[in-house]
Amino acid sequence: MAIPLTGQIINLCASLLLLIAFAMLSQRRILSLINLFALQGLVLSVSTAVVAYSSHQHHLYFSAALTLVLKVIVLPAILHRLIRRLNVRWDVETMFNIPTTMLIGIALVVFAFNLAAPISQMAGTITKSTLGIALACVLLSFLMMITRSKAVPQVVGFLSMENGLFFAATSATYGMPMVVELGIALDVLIGMFILGIFFFQIRAAFDSLDLRHMEKLKED
Amino acid sequence: MEILLVLLTPLLGGLLMALFGTRRGAPEINAVMSFLTLAAAAALTVRVISRGAFNAWGEEFFVDAFNVFLVALTAFVAFTTSLFSRPYMRIEQHHGKLSANMLRLYYSMYQVFTFTMLLALLTNNMGILWVAMEGATLATVLLVSLYRTPASLEAAWKYFILCGVGIAQALFGTILLYFAAEKILGAGGNALLWTHLNAVKTQIEPTVLSLAFVFLLVGYGTKVGLAPLHNWLPDAHAEGPTPVSAVLSGLLLNVALYAVVRSKVLVDGALGNHMAGNLMMGFGLLSVVMASFFLSRQKDVKRMFAYSSIEHMGLMTFAFGMGGPVATFAGLLHMTVHSLTKSAIFFAVGHAAQKSGTQLMEGIRGLIKTNPTLGWGLALGTLAILGMPPFGVFTSEFMILTTAMHNYPWSMPFLLAALGVAFAAIFGRVQLMVFGETSGQRLPHPPALLPVFAHLALVLMLGLYIPPYLAAWYRQATALIG
Repeated sequence: MAIPLTGQIINLCASLLLLIAFAMLSQRRILSLINLFALQGLVLSVSTAVVAYSSHQHHLYFSAALTLVLKVIVLPAILHRLIRRLNVRWDVETMFNIPTTMLIGIALVVFAFNLAAPISQMAGTITKSTLGIALACVLLSFLMMITRSKAVPQVVGFLSMENGLFFAATSATYGMPMVVELGIALDVLIGMFILGIFFFQIRAAFDSLDLRHMEKLKED
Repeated sequence: MEILLVLLTPLLGGLLMALFGTRRGAPEINAVMSFLTLAAAAALTVRVISRGAFNAWGEEFFVDAFNVFLVALTAFVAFTTSLFSRPYMRIEQHHGKLSANMLRLYYSMYQVFTFTMLLALLTNNMGILWVAMEGATLATVLLVSLYRTPASLEAAWKYFILCGVGIAQALFGTILLYFAAEKILGAGGNALLWTHLNAVKTQIEPTVLSLAFVFLLVGYGTKVGLAPLHNWLPDAHAEGPTPVSAVLSGLLLNVALYAVVRSKVLVDGALGNHMAGNLMMGFGLLSVVMASFFLSRQKDVKRMFAYSSIEHMGLMTFAFGMGGPVATFAGLLHMTVHSLTKSAIFFAVGHAAQKSGTQLMEGIRGLIKTNPTLGWGLALGTLAILGMPPFGVFTSEFMILTTAMHNYPWSMPFLLAALGVAFAAIFGRVQLMVFGETSGQRLPHPPALLPVFAHLALVLMLGLYIPPYLAAWYRQATALIG
């Protein structure tokens, strides 16, 4: 059975998202990481718009626009501003082992595809084959948060996890109800502001944004 | 109308405190706003008593027996905590730990936190429930790091990341739930409304829903403080200001458990088996056992009581997991009495730590000599939380244990050993803190002990006599949860 053009574009976007997730996993430089995050948002927005076009779900155009504004423009702009003001623009993460991380990442993708397989069978949407990729993106972002020891990359991982979840919502169900989507966007935005304040507090107390200083609270 | 008042009052309070939080009368305004919220919640409660469950605002909100008592409890504890925080925060300011701007942040976020809790309880939409839970995390992150000490920043960071990741799992669960429900209820807003989901729960695709429940349980379970995702809880309780510890333990954990139970009702209906209950029993039992063994190793008093919260939340999760009329009734009762007792204990502990100048238990001695009321408050609160009769915690724990003995005898050794270890650990330490020699100084402002005794009196009352309408609610809620 031939896949229609829109379906092919969506599959292309899905594979791009997975690729970007792996790129983020292996990116040591903070600045490039933020750019990758913006790119991920852009691909997400395009794929949402294509889903909207092919399925005639008009509220998805709105989600696509929301994604474009929030995740391609606003959040990366805030992050850029933050790293400039915190002077961590050229920071490079040194501690983690890229090959091992990538191998674990591949294992996670296989796991995600297996987990999503029974659900994808039931999805009636044009995008059903992408649910596995969405879950893989979520798990890869999770892995990224675990492997990083600096505050900004952890937050980028957190935001990209939200991107993966959003992709899951559009690919499995044509998007959540509007009121919920707006609420989630609001939470993400407020969360970002709070984190911004938080970074400055952390730096004032520790003189750095390296989270390895913050391992004092442990059970003896 | 009442629902709107309940929600808008704390939101307005948050705004007022953001504007006027540095004024002299700010603690009083904070208490007044919390009181108005309580009054609105009382009006809502009266309406539910007289007219029964109802929906509002195109079914976006709904009130039934299960959430109305939690709304009343939340508003009540939020009010008494605002009374407690008035002298407590003054003393902290007097000791130079907090500035006026930090206090403004505290008061404003305190009101916003109350708002998110009440929104989570009252909303009918599983998606908005998620948004409100995440909002509650965001509102409290900056409160945990209020003192800006390295330890408090670390605790707040851990809280933010762990709960953020956890709640992201819950969002995935919500997406799966929507995915399954959409096939029956159609796309659009209705497919996430709990009342609609509940009506069609037997037709929902069971495989998707069981996967959704796993994600929801892990996600909201992180916020309940269930092992093994409980790491944020002791840190956040120990490093944040005491009123925040009191509302985290007393309210936030309850509301997160409420979200889990709401999801369980749907899954039970769809699956027709005990999968959800078994998962909850497993996580609950693990939390009880794990927490009780960590209890005996604590040096910080707030950390110790934080582990006690994990233990009690585990017990409630276990009770709801067992299901059936007695266990569910006991779970609801335990939610109420634990929330009241634990916040009372935190009030007493907060002032005790201020007197001694340390949160380390070896530094807190002889409370009963310098301030007998405070000493008795802590001693009685501890006896109550340890499940001594005639307090209400005894009643609920007794009901949980007898049901467990009857239906799941294998769990008894774990539960009894855990409760015994917890008793020995907490009782031995609190005894030393209450009696013994002391060198503590007087507080610069009189401590707020009325909330402590008000809570303990209620817990005592619930142990001896449950008012008929409250029992009726519990029974209705039990019928709902199954």
